[in-house]
Order: sequence, then C-alpha cells, then structure tokens
Amino acid sequence: MKELVCIVCPRGCHMTIDTSGETPVVSGNSCKRGEAFALSELTDPKRTICTTVKTAFPQVPVLPVRVSADIPKDKIFDVMREINKVTVTEKIGRSDIVLENVLGLGVNVIATSSILQNI
Amino acid sequence: MEKYDVLVIGGGPAGLAAAIAADKNGANVLLVEREERLGGILKQCIHDGFGLVRFQEKLAGPEYAERFIDVFNQRNMRALTLTFVTRIRKENGSFFVTLVNTTGVTTVETHTIILATGCRERTAKQVMIHGTRPSGVFTAGTAQHFTNLLGQLPTKKCVILGSGDIGLIMARRLTLEGAEVLGVYEAKPTPSGLTRNIHQCLHDYNIPLHLSTTVTRVFGQDRLTAVEISKVDDHMVPIPGTEEIVECDALILSVGLIPENELAETLDVKLDPRTKGPAVDAQLMTSVDGVFSCGNALHVNDLVDYVSESGEIAGANAAAFAAQQKQELPIAVSNALLYAVPQKLNLNADNSKTVVYFRSRDVLDNCTFLIKKDGETVFSKRYPFLRPPEMERLLIDFDSFHLSAQSKLEFEIEVMNK
Repeated sequence: MKELVCIVCPRGCHMTIDTSGETPVVSGNSCKRGEAFALSELTDPKRTICTTVKTAFPQVPVLPVRVSADIPKDKIFDVMREINKVTVTEKIGRSDIVLENVLGLGVNVIATSSILQNI
Repeated sequence: MEKYDVLVIGGGPAGLAAAIAADKNGANVLLVEREERLGGILKQCIHDGFGLVRFQEKLAGPEYAERFIDVFNQRNMRALTLTFVTRIRKENGSFFVTLVNTTGVTTVETHTIILATGCRERTAKQVMIHGTRPSGVFTAGTAQHFTNLLGQLPTKKCVILGSGDIGLIMARRLTLEGAEVLGVYEAKPTPSGLTRNIHQCLHDYNIPLHLSTTVTRVFGQDRLTAVEISKVDDHMVPIPGTEEIVECDALILSVGLIPENELAETLDVKLDPRTKGPAVDAQLMTSVDGVFSCGNALHVNDLVDYVSESGEIAGANAAAFAAQQKQELPIAVSNALLYAVPQKLNLNADNSKTVVYFRSRDVLDNCTFLIKKDGETVFSKRYPFLRPPEMERLLIDFDSFHLSAQSKLEFEIEVMNK
C-alpha cells in the first residue's frame, strides 16, 4: 500500500495504491487523471518546471518559461541547468520555443509571456 | 470632463474580467491600473496551475493573464496604466474620480465603480517578531518579485515563516534557482496552503515543514544572520526553553493576505470583519449604490479562476446598473407653452410610449405643436386651436428620436397666421 496526494488539480485528493495484486489498484481519486497520476508516480514520476531565462533586454531581464510537457522528476535539476545556459536575444512571444527537445526528453522549453513584444 | 458608465480600479485578473464583462454588456468602460503593465500579481506568478477550472488547462500566471489582456485589446478597450486614484467623490448619483499619472491630475465622471484592488500581504510588523531590523526580511511576494521579474535571487540560505501557498511556491522556486530553503515554519498545527503544494513544493524537494513552530526573533545588523525559532502551545504562544537558532541570510514571510480596501473605506463602503472585504449583494454591489467589488479585494481566493468569475459578475451588473441609472435630458419649452409634462427624460429608461401633457399660454388658432431635436423638427401635430384651460395629450415615441445626453430637446408651438 502506498499513500499519496494528487497534484493534478487544486482538489488534492488523498489516494492509495494497492500493490498487493498483479496490477496496482488506485483508490481515493475523484477522476481518471488522478488514477493516471498515481500509476505514473509508481513507475515514472513526472513533474513540470516553471522558471525564467535571462534575456538581452535590460527592461525585461528575465522571461518566464515552462516545459511544454511534464519531464521525469529526477531530471528537474538537469533541465534547470540547461535552461540557465540560455539568453534570449529575440523578442519572442508567448508559446514560442526557447529550447527545443531539451536533453533529448522530447519536450520543449517555451515562453509563457509576450512581455518582450511590448517593449 | 470624460464620462464613463463603469470605471474599474485595478488591472489584475479581477479587474480585467470585470472590464471585459462590462464592455460586453454595452457599458463605456475605463480601466485604471497603477503599475506599468496589466496583469496584476499574475505577472510574477510564473508557476503553473492557473486556469484548470476555466480553460481545463494548466497555465502559468502570465499565460492566464495575457489571455484576458488579449481580449481586452481586441475589444479596443481603454486602460490608463501608471495611474493612481487619489480621490473619489460621490455627487448626484455620479462618482468623480481624481486620477494622477505622468500627464498630470485629471478628474473623470462615472456612474459606477468596480473595486478590483486585490489584496496585500501581511508584513513582519503584523506578525510581531522581536529583534533587529536587518535587510533580508521579505514577504514571499517581494521575494517572488525579485526572483521572477528582476532575475535577482534574494537569498542563498533562508527560512520561510508561514505555510501559505505563496510561501510554498517560493520554497520550490528558490530551491530550483539554487538557494537553500532550510525549512518552512508554521505556528498553526496544520498547514495553510493547498495540500498539493505541500507535496509538489516541499516534499518533492525534501524541504522540511515544521508545524506548531514559529520564528520568535531575528538577528543581524546590516543583513540577517540568523533567526530564533520556538515551538508554540495550543494557543500559539511560544514555549520557553524550546528556542533554537537557525543561521540564514533571509526570512521569508508567507503569513496571510488581506483584501485591500483603502479606497472603499474613503467611500464609506461597509466592510465585513470576517472577509475583511466589502459586504455585497448577489450582484456584488457594496453598501454604496454603484460601487461594486470583486476578486481578492472582496475576499481572498485560492484560485484565480474564481477571481475572474467574480470580476465578470461585478462587470455585468455594474453595466446593468449604469444603464438603469438616470441619465437626464431636460426638455426646454418655448414661451408659447404654459407648461409641459414631463419636464425631462431618463434616457436609460424605455421612452417609446411616453404620454405628454401640455397647455398653451394663450388662446391660439391654427397652430402646430412641434418637438425639436437640436433645432430640427422630429415631431409635429396641427391643431385648429389651443386654449389654456384645455390640456392636450399626446403619445410620443422619444426613443425613435435617438436622443443622447448631449441632445437639445425642445417643445414649441408655431402659429401659422398671425
């Protein structure tokens, strides 16, 4: 038995995974996303990263970014190191790619603001 | 003087939603924002989780805000940024709002006001911590501003007091950027933030959470060097003998949010001591007619989705209220008339079947009753004679004249052969 709290939405369901049988059984979840999260936690826990990247523009020294999809939890600090190497020099917009296929994980790092386009 | 139906104070998620909703409901809207950019606190809330209810998407704060800003701009709506409201005066059912910005001081008139002023953080002064006052004591929001907008890490090694969501989010954020978060201390026996944030912000990064523990003293001259923490009893009173010194260069406070209602108080808006925001009706109108409240100024929300929702309710109702408001157009009568009723129109009401009574001043033969708009005849009726003792009655569709507050409306009698 493994207990965990769902982080998919603010509801924060307390879930239990019963691993005694052949296939793990999730209980305590309110929706399918919770079940998927619980099973993923068991085998391949994933998380998102929201951070900033440096820019070349003094009025906006940093630009907010996030990963386009969840990445393996144990790769968080490796991805952070890659993001911290970047300096944005173009006035890119929201959803534009800052870093493509970061560390070969199949996800991009994208801008979450169009702030540079308004300076 | 510029006139508006709805003036929205605050350009965060509540104010943006309110302004857009008021505009969609036909109101003439002005949004006033004291910062350089619209978006409010969401500008610095770069973490995700916004919009799950509204968009079924997990957006970062700026993404959520910019969706509303895009709509605002597409509708060609008007916002004044870097503009402060310094005074609001109520007179004859209108509000006169004094604005200060780089162009100077101006006053605008508005039928209704929506207070979307958000909330502010409780500070170190409000949590009564003993000791010196070195630099290094920040609210979580200030630390967030430094980190996410200025790109400056405000600490290398810190302690967080209070387990509010912003504190938890900042614990993770500072850790990601390479700072060491020694622990989150909470005086209450249970955490204040969302359970998911305890897990994804603290547990994921092995940041300890100490419940029933608080910071009782700070040390340091120029910069914070350490804090003293103590266990507290059931009444949140520190227990002597449990003190412990923790060396760190910053103390970050996440000890609660309070609705900001200084402007509301100048209008004598009644506040609810429980929410610390205005007491409102179902339309989110406060105790002062024409003044509405929404978002975190009304009560502190935990999800922005509901902040936007309350903004939309306030915006739609303020637009409707502005429309119900009397917009008076006086009716001038020429000397040939003894009187006419009505004397004025409420342009916001239905005037399509208005009964008009009038009497002539003298006995007149072979004459015409005229209604003139801006000097042009829009209605006329011939009378073989008019006598003062005999009141005349007409049914007039004033709406067909497309009147505005600037129109000049006159009743006249023209005599043909005299």
